[in-house]
Amino acid sequence: MPIEPPGDLDVVDYIAQTRDSYAQLGYDAYRWARNDDPPAMQPPVDLASARVALVASGGIYRVGQVAFHHADDTSHRRVPMSSDVADLRVSHFAYDTTDAKADPNVVFPVEALRALEADGTIGSLAPDGLTFMGGIYSQRRVREELIPAIEAELREMEVDLVLLVPV
Amino acid sequence: MSLIARHLESVGIATTSLSSAWSITASANPPRVRFFDAPLGHTAGPPRRPDAQRTLVAEALELATRALDAPVIEPSSVTWIEAPAEVWKAEARALADHRSPRHDTPQYDRPDDAEAASS
Repeated sequence: MPIEPPGDLDVVDYIAQTRDSYAQLGYDAYRWARNDDPPAMQPPVDLASARVALVASGGIYRVGQVAFHHADDTSHRRVPMSSDVADLRVSHFAYDTTDAKADPNVVFPVEALRALEADGTIGSLAPDGLTFMGGIYSQRRVREELIPAIEAELREMEVDLVLLVPV
Repeated sequence: MSLIARHLESVGIATTSLSSAWSITASANPPRVRFFDAPLGHTAGPPRRPDAQRTLVAEALELATRALDAPVIEPSSVTWIEAPAEVWKAEARALADHRSPRHDTPQYDRPDDAEAASS
């Protein structure tokens, strides 16, 4: 069974919200990923010596790159972790991007990670963050197209730990 | 994103995740999650609060330092103070579809970006 939130935490149940909204609109129910089998678990990481990569699905691209389209775009972008946040842009259809446009760190925490590298909390950052537009309805295409591409990039950058930031 | 986490972990790459959607994340069951109770679109922290963003990211990374034999989702110490919880949660629970149409051509944030990408 999925992990339940603590009793004192009143979380918004977005699965229920989506189900009820779709029903009201006359759509078929969206099938969220459900995995009752436990995930593989890697051993602990020593942060102070770890090379850390950022993978984020908020639709961030850098000026000069082609923006994401919104019809199951499974492509990704390499966004240098040295980027000025003023050069970061947002392209996504499924969430309110107002704050992400004003401060891309809310979905692509590049400045927080740079600060944690500077103070020695983490060993180093991978040179590029990997970004995509996470509103992909086909789980098959995520598995067959996006995931192998992300894995290949991470292997090339020889990372020890990946921080994943969905929206 | 949880599918990516599970895959990477299965092929030897450690992961940790942020989330602001407990039920969606818990259903997909990734290994390590720091939960930020905030409106969608701010998974990595509140806008223009760099100290809070840094705390949240550090809390996500900390999960990777633990020897765990089962998946974990833990709430962050960072709180969303930009709006009262009862207000933003009521809006989030309202039965409305906020998505925009899905076009199959690049959707640029700003008009100049298209020119910059083609030059």
